[in-house]
Amino acid sequence: MPRLVSHPDEVKIVTRRFGQGAAKIDRYIELGGYEAAKKCLQQGADWIVNEMKASGLRGRGGAGFPTGLKWSFVPKQSAKPKYVLVNGDESEPGTCKDHLIFLHDPHAVIEGTIIAGLAIGAKVGFIYLRGEYRYLLEIMEKAVDEAYAQGFLGKRIFGSNTEFQIITQTGAGAYEVGEESALMESLEGKRGVPRIKPPFPAVVGLYGGPTVINNAETIATVPHVITMGAAAYAAVGSARNGGTRLFSISGHVERPGVYELPMGYNLKKMIYEVAGGVRGGRGLKAVVPGGSSTPVLLPEEIDIGMDFDQVGKAGSMLGSGGVVAIDDQTCIVEFALRTISFYQHESCGWCIPCREGTDWLKKSLTRFHAGFGEAKDIDNMQYLAENMMGRTFCPLGDAAAMPMLGFVKKFRKEFEEHLNGKPCPFAKHMDLAVV
Amino acid sequence: MGNETMTVFSPRLAARFDALVERYPSRRSALVPMLLYAQDEVGYLSDAVIAEVARRIGLTELEVRNVASYYSMLRFKPVGRFNIQVCTNISCMLRGSHELYEKFREELGIAGNGATTDGMFSLEEVECIGACCWAPAIQVNYDFHEELSPNHVPGILAGYRGRAQSGGTKAHA
Repeated sequence: MPRLVSHPDEVKIVTRRFGQGAAKIDRYIELGGYEAAKKCLQQGADWIVNEMKASGLRGRGGAGFPTGLKWSFVPKQSAKPKYVLVNGDESEPGTCKDHLIFLHDPHAVIEGTIIAGLAIGAKVGFIYLRGEYRYLLEIMEKAVDEAYAQGFLGKRIFGSNTEFQIITQTGAGAYEVGEESALMESLEGKRGVPRIKPPFPAVVGLYGGPTVINNAETIATVPHVITMGAAAYAAVGSARNGGTRLFSISGHVERPGVYELPMGYNLKKMIYEVAGGVRGGRGLKAVVPGGSSTPVLLPEEIDIGMDFDQVGKAGSMLGSGGVVAIDDQTCIVEFALRTISFYQHESCGWCIPCREGTDWLKKSLTRFHAGFGEAKDIDNMQYLAENMMGRTFCPLGDAAAMPMLGFVKKFRKEFEEHLNGKPCPFAKHMDLAVV
Repeated sequence: MGNETMTVFSPRLAARFDALVERYPSRRSALVPMLLYAQDEVGYLSDAVIAEVARRIGLTELEVRNVASYYSMLRFKPVGRFNIQVCTNISCMLRGSHELYEKFREELGIAGNGATTDGMFSLEEVECIGACCWAPAIQVNYDFHEELSPNHVPGILAGYRGRAQSGGTKAHA
């Protein structure tokens, strides 16, 4: 069982039912569950969308797109059925927050899905979990069965004339399926290859119908926004970044864990106070602020507020909220190699810049880290990464290129220290990246 | 499915698949879960599994193979009864996944990714499994084991050997 953590600076909104047995519907109801969905059923679609807009809630998957705005793009009239699709394909390295949501609060995901369905006029919602999360899928499926048994799902939800069905789905191992168009392909029983946009899913999505796709954390947040009221929720966060975020803090910290902190919370405080500082009293070398695809920050760059805008201004991204701390005994070339090996493994090969780019980066870094690098390799890797940016259907190409550029630009000296047959200054294991 | 006796699946799984293909707006949406559940029971995607899944959904075998080859959890060859998947991605790497992997390799007496000769265990390095805050983490089939050190390895292996002896748990479920 994954360990739960706590810190006085946390504002527990989404996590407030964690560890309280709320996976069972009776307990969830006891803790105020499903009241938000009932309220939304009375208030109607326009009210819900306006509340979401006013709350400042932005997509927790990584892109940070305003949720209410996304919902408002779905046409009111549609010849084809509309759908809600919950993205629980959590697979950005450094991110494990949805893991806890599915484990401790599956009904919040169901309730959020119902509300999204009411907002856009959908009768069916899909909840897609990555294949590795089988035990969590079983928890979700049990919760869905309970909701049907209570009449909260089905032909007449909460005794109304409104229909809403939920179908759960398992993936089978693919990072790229976390991208929304690839996710739809996977759910349709195909290879998870991205679709070209436009058309956007809000117009032509799943089975050709208008579709809203939200991250599991976003959806689990929705009922709380309704319960608290949009203004109260927005007030918790920073400007244009409503509410809290589940930050997965991992790597070389004393107390790793998933912490729910207000948007805009200081990153330095997050590392040194919330997570207890660098493990074993070592120095901090770098921080990956939002999952492995976000450019690395130096210790002098982490005195910033963690919201989409402030991290963007600092030259990186808030991404999935996966904060990875790296201590001063870690080789950045090796870290870069492991990061790029992942993207090389996960590239579907559809777009040449991503397929070839990740492969050449991995080859270059492998050779480089083994002590056979040449000075021109450093510029070549940068050139490769720069030419992957913005040249692929889905963001996987960018997701590989962005961290690579960060490593080369900020740790050029450490790359140079590997040159001319010099052994890795931090050598521990040279046969890494056999994946 | 016309002929029930032709199935390679247990009656329970066959019944589950009958329901699964009717569950979605399109039959094809059942494909990925069906392949994974079939693999859980049979151990891997054998030619017979591919053929039956194709027939049940109404696709060609080539179409099924085309989809199956995309997903990293789906495999065309058998693995050990207990497949040990060590995450070596960044968060686990920083907290000693490599040492953990080496310890498994040593204890199992196998060179690199592979299986023990008795077919009990297989070992592989995998990408992020979504347990970053509880690193290093592994999955044995679908079970998570978290916050590990090499010292935990003998106990984990003994646990699964014991489970195999008592015959309690199905091979891949």
